[in-house]
Amino acid sequence: MAERLPLAKAVNAALRTALDADPKVLVMGEDVGKLGGVFRVTDGLQKDFGEDRVIDTPLAESGIIGTAIGLALRGYRPVTEIQFDGFVFPAYDQIVTQLAKMHARALGKIRLPVVVRIPFGGGIGAVEHHSESPEALFAHVAGLKIVAPSNAHDAYWMLRQAIECDDPVIFFEPKARYWDKGDVDTDGIPGPLHAARVVREGTDLTLLAYGPTVKTALAAAEAAADEGTSLEVVDMRSVSPIDFDTIQRSVEKTGRLVVAHEAPVFFGSGAEIAARITERCFYHLEAPVLRVGGFHAPYPPARIEEDYLPGLDRVLDGVDRALAY
Amino acid sequence: MTVESRAAHGSGARKTATAPRKKAARPARRGGGRSTGGAAGAMVQLLTPEGERVEHPDYSLDITDDELRGLYRDMVLSRRFDAEATALQRQGELGLWPSLLGQEAAQIGSARALRPDDYVFPTYREHGVAWCRGVDPQMLLGMFRGVNHGGWDPNTNNFHLYTIVIGSQVLHATGYAMGVAKDGSDAAVLAYFGDGASSQGDVAEAFTFSAVYNAPVVFFCQNNQWAISEPTERQTRVPLYQRAQGYGFPGVRVDGNDVLAVLAVTRAAAEHARSGQGPMLVEAFTYRMGAHTTSDDPTRYRPDDELAVWEARDPILRLRRHLERLGAADAAFFTALDEESDALARRVREAIRTMPDPDPMAAFEHVYADGHTLVDEERAQYAAYLASFADHAEEN
Repeated sequence: MAERLPLAKAVNAALRTALDADPKVLVMGEDVGKLGGVFRVTDGLQKDFGEDRVIDTPLAESGIIGTAIGLALRGYRPVTEIQFDGFVFPAYDQIVTQLAKMHARALGKIRLPVVVRIPFGGGIGAVEHHSESPEALFAHVAGLKIVAPSNAHDAYWMLRQAIECDDPVIFFEPKARYWDKGDVDTDGIPGPLHAARVVREGTDLTLLAYGPTVKTALAAAEAAADEGTSLEVVDMRSVSPIDFDTIQRSVEKTGRLVVAHEAPVFFGSGAEIAARITERCFYHLEAPVLRVGGFHAPYPPARIEEDYLPGLDRVLDGVDRALAY
Repeated sequence: MTVESRAAHGSGARKTATAPRKKAARPARRGGGRSTGGAAGAMVQLLTPEGERVEHPDYSLDITDDELRGLYRDMVLSRRFDAEATALQRQGELGLWPSLLGQEAAQIGSARALRPDDYVFPTYREHGVAWCRGVDPQMLLGMFRGVNHGGWDPNTNNFHLYTIVIGSQVLHATGYAMGVAKDGSDAAVLAYFGDGASSQGDVAEAFTFSAVYNAPVVFFCQNNQWAISEPTERQTRVPLYQRAQGYGFPGVRVDGNDVLAVLAVTRAAAEHARSGQGPMLVEAFTYRMGAHTTSDDPTRYRPDDELAVWEARDPILRLRRHLERLGAADAAFFTALDEESDALARRVREAIRTMPDPDPMAAFEHVYADGHTLVDEERAQYAAYLASFADHAEEN
């Protein structure tokens, strides 16, 4: 059944379906119960599934992840919510030293099917610690899987797949896109969770993005088309693992690659993509892989965040620089 | 679990007045004249350092001679295993060893208070607990030899992997206990940690979560007086067991060198948890007689006279005196146990020397349960790299 839903409602629908299908699935986090979350993503779930399944937690991020690990060891499948990106760091130790490594430490004898939902990214005029993109900090850690949907349909299916996954999954939700509506086909068969997708065909240059930046990339391709330039837009969808095969095929076709993400460019996921695509596509590249993203500075106050974020103009500037080679 | 206690379990926040409480105040024992964390706290004791049985108004213990001999055997074998592992580290067979010397009563007494379906979350020094849970001692050596990071199946003996990051496992225990309560099981969960870990935020968060969800977890703090070189005074101004009060659950300090008191108190705490009354904190007041690990040098920070004070409270010697007072163990028993100890040591020594190094490709195994393309790619590349040497050798 296809339904037109805002991305936030698609996440809610995925949680509802998962809670309904498996009594071992739990939703836990700060304010996820009566309030329905600060973005109302979990709205109505506690009313329908009870306080034992949709659990309001103390205000303690390490406690949320640490107890979710214990619940997973007991056979539950906790879906945790970290209220905002910048608040994940009190839980970073539990995620990195415990959640990511316990399966390996037990030589595969135990599994940690924990999902960590994190609304991430900027553009909503928030105060500090509410607009960050820390995905690279997690991608560097073996044992975690990291995904970031860009639209409502993917948000629904990728979350369901993340909950079914036996590995810990960091699920980055593009909070600036929570209110964007899209068709969600709940009957369809989803593609692989970690596959990238070509969302717009083109011939002159590949524009790679994920999460909130996909919308910007599509707008840039539209603008470039008006100027006679054909951009292929690839939605990466998964940050760990990265579907390099799909990216490679696109770059072999277009000969140029620009990566756009909100996170700082320095040591960001774009750096890894640039290095690997240069290895894979050296003889196909007409220009170096270029990156457009955040600066090596704390996320700025909201009044100047549009300068920091890779908006339409900065993305097109990156495209122009790549085409100039 | 009774109907009443199940109801209490379900009600979450209900606090009962049936928790074991201290009535008779007893002066705190002090470690080598040092203050041991603020004000003096009463301490449960059932066996004096001279091996004399004393009664406690809140913690009684009926125990047979056979059970006493069993506790003694567990402590002696744990100490012998520990001594052998320390020797193996000195001989280069282990990279590191954290000795349990002096903490045998705290570990054996608490572990023997548990049922098989209870679940234990240890830190990295719980060799005696592992012994009681039925984990083969040689399994504990793998991570210290460097052939794995744990390796045993936690669900075989309901004994989780050793956790190196201080205090992390206390939250895991709490979450597991929350799951136990959801399942309607009457199992208890035991979380081991040390006096140093009591300063960690994760332990404080575990206290909060367990209290608000009424989780059936026993927090078992082995206060061995030292967190590497930091004394308990650097962790707290109040006796550690008193922390529980602020979270809304009972805390009790037990003489951690008295295996009978530890057994009785831990049994009561486990019963408190399994009957739906929520968490309880047990502070086992004990002493780490050796170094923190084989890399440590306690002579740089410990007062010279402190060890002698605690040697007089040796947990094994104390139970031996008690057995001899009772006439519950004869010379043949002790001789047979010595032989069993030596046999255990020989078995461990043999096991470590025949323990194979893992295949280099093992680094790529079990990183993910459902696979990961980057791991697959790097595994294939490294396998090809290793194979290139074989090709080269053939060419020559």
